Amino acid sequence: MLRILWLVPALPLLGVIINGILALFFERPLLLRKYYEDLEKGVHEEDSHGHGAEDHPLFHHWYRQLVSITGPSVVGAAFFVALVCVLILVKRPPHERVFQLDLFTWIQSGEFRTAFSLYLDPLSSVMILVVTGVGFLIHVYSVGYMAHEKGYARYFVYLNLFTFAMLVLVLASNYLLLFVGWEAVGLCSYLLIGYWYEKKSASDAGKKAFIVNRVGDFGFALGMFLLFWTVGSLNFSEVFPKALEMWEAGTLTPAVATAITLLLFVGATGKSAQIPLYVWLPDAMEGPTPVSALIHAATMVTAGVYMVARSNVLYLMSPTTLTVVAVIGGATALFAATIGVAQNDMKRVLAYSTVSQLGYMFLACGVGAFTAGIFHLMTHAFFKALLFLGSGSVMHALAGELDIRKMGGLKKYMPVTFWTFFLATLAISGIPGFSGFFSKDEILWRAFSSPFGGKVFWLLGTVAAFVTAFYMFRMVFLAFFGETRLSPELKEHVHESPKVMTVPLMILAVLSVVGGFVGIPPILGGSNRFEHFLEPVFEKGAELVPAAPHHFSHSLELGLMVLAVLVAAAGIYLAYHFYMKKPELPGKVAEKYPVLYDVVANKYYVDEIYHAIVVYPVYRFSVFLWEVFDVLVVDGIVNGVGRVLLGTGQAVRRLQTGVVHTYAVSLLIGAVILVGYLIFG
Amino acid sequence: MVPESYYLVLSGIMFAVGVVGVVSRRNALIILMSIEIMLNAVNLAFVAAGSYLGDPAGNVFAFMVMTVAAAEAAVGLAIVIAIFRHRETVDVSELKELKF
Repeated sequence: MLRILWLVPALPLLGVIINGILALFFERPLLLRKYYEDLEKGVHEEDSHGHGAEDHPLFHHWYRQLVSITGPSVVGAAFFVALVCVLILVKRPPHERVFQLDLFTWIQSGEFRTAFSLYLDPLSSVMILVVTGVGFLIHVYSVGYMAHEKGYARYFVYLNLFTFAMLVLVLASNYLLLFVGWEAVGLCSYLLIGYWYEKKSASDAGKKAFIVNRVGDFGFALGMFLLFWTVGSLNFSEVFPKALEMWEAGTLTPAVATAITLLLFVGATGKSAQIPLYVWLPDAMEGPTPVSALIHAATMVTAGVYMVARSNVLYLMSPTTLTVVAVIGGATALFAATIGVAQNDMKRVLAYSTVSQLGYMFLACGVGAFTAGIFHLMTHAFFKALLFLGSGSVMHALAGELDIRKMGGLKKYMPVTFWTFFLATLAISGIPGFSGFFSKDEILWRAFSSPFGGKVFWLLGTVAAFVTAFYMFRMVFLAFFGETRLSPELKEHVHESPKVMTVPLMILAVLSVVGGFVGIPPILGGSNRFEHFLEPVFEKGAELVPAAPHHFSHSLELGLMVLAVLVAAAGIYLAYHFYMKKPELPGKVAEKYPVLYDVVANKYYVDEIYHAIVVYPVYRFSVFLWEVFDVLVVDGIVNGVGRVLLGTGQAVRRLQTGVVHTYAVSLLIGAVILVGYLIFG
Repeated sequence: MVPESYYLVLSGIMFAVGVVGVVSRRNALIILMSIEIMLNAVNLAFVAAGSYLGDPAGNVFAFMVMTVAAAEAAVGLAIVIAIFRHRETVDVSELKELKF
């Protein structure tokens, strides 16, 4: 029965094909016709959201209705199939919860054999449910959000393709297939960031994301090669037991394990936007908001965390790498959170928040608490997708306005959006009872107590939690509370979003609230079912974990939990004090510390620094290659050969006088020389 | 009997006269005549060598050359006449259109 697993990635692929046909053969001709009509009438598109032109037949063509059905429904069906598969898997005893479906041999070369096969275990179960479940809701939301867009079918082709690629990534049974999915999601990310390709900033952001990811993928590929070189396999079912055997036999040295895992982690920093490769994610907000929710918050960017968790056996062999992962994760969590404090664009705040939350997940992986990382990955997918979709709803109502300084008082205009957004904010801030609380607290506790952890990591996480609560509530207070600062025209325009958008919001809100209940820690009377479910995946690696140096008391765990909640509450209170009670305070603080404010508001000038030390030298070097090497050397050789031949011709053509006598004389001289040679030579 | 070498020397002198004529004269007709002299010098050498070696091939070659010379003279003179009709001159130094 589990053989139906192949349908999970196949259904979104079917959506790609159907929507692709509609996009190519129906949407494209219509768009071209509209383009030429507009050209004749001299109409210019005033903005990319294209309001006003909606009476055009393009927007009433039957293909749109069809896309609205196929786009979301294939993902919905995939979710259903995934759910059935996972339920079947769960019925098995915990240690038999692994299923590999070999579809066909993909590459066979000498000893190297890679099959296109799917691998279902508790870890990939969680991932496919999140990808298809949250993905389905976002597809539905997109039907409403993208209704006014010209490239409607194109959008769903990309979105379906992304879902397919992501499912290949998480269901892959070997590193190579995982890498295929890894690259394919990167491609879809590029296509969707640059969805409004007529806008320069959007196409630039797409390119930036793609190029920054190449840096990471380079590391990933090297790590993969090194792994194959040492262990001789890339299949998950072979590589981990074999690596453990070699580890015990001493043929796999800690140095090699460190090199492999660090290289793989370089790939993860690119895909999951960690220091130093996080810079593409904030720019990726140029894409449509549902894309930000699905790809750049809930699923694709978590691929790095998934990969590290999947390779837990290898990572646990190298305490050095674990420390690096934890330090980078913790530093990113705090660093990105502080940037979020001074951003005024709603989606950018959420983007830095995503970077920061991904940092948490890596912090968890770095201290060896892979379950906690995956737990946070899941709850984060719920509440961050909800936050993004909520901001999309606001954007939809305000005709594209995203500056929180120009909002205010939206609570009474958009009650559903407000309440769902508010619940998600409570979840991300770690208020007890909400999903984010359980996962975040799990991470903080593990950072404190794990043999790989330490008080420093706990402190980093806790301070980041404080900043997170502050900037999230800053945004909520500025956007939804207080007096409205909307311009009069916008006040007329503002409206609650249609049902097709608010229903996904409500479902995600429910998930954000209850999503954490699957992992209530024992200390709060739960049994942490989530951890037990994932246990078989991390069991092999667990043998490598050294015994905890000392035991921590329950009261300490409870105390730290209360402290974390108090810290979050302090962040909320500070935001309330700054933005509700004394709205003039933030300006005063900014005036008092102008340098600090400037540095934070400009995102620590990281983009500028990268531009100066990476982009600009590469650019100058390219100019050098063009102006010096290409123009002088390459062109010089080509033109030089031509010029030499031309000159020789010019010189030699003088011999052709046309006077018969000259020819006769040269004949004579030649004959004399020849005869002389024959006689005397 | 005249020794064989005399014939060859005469042949050489005649050939040299022909060469000088071709190289130094401008009149196309005289050039053609000089070419005839060169051909006849060769004929002489052929006949002399043939009789010296007792081989009739020398005489055969001489007849061959005469035939070619007749054809050459016919074509050459026709060309010269055509040139004269066209240009009203037979001075080859003025016929130098075929150059760079």
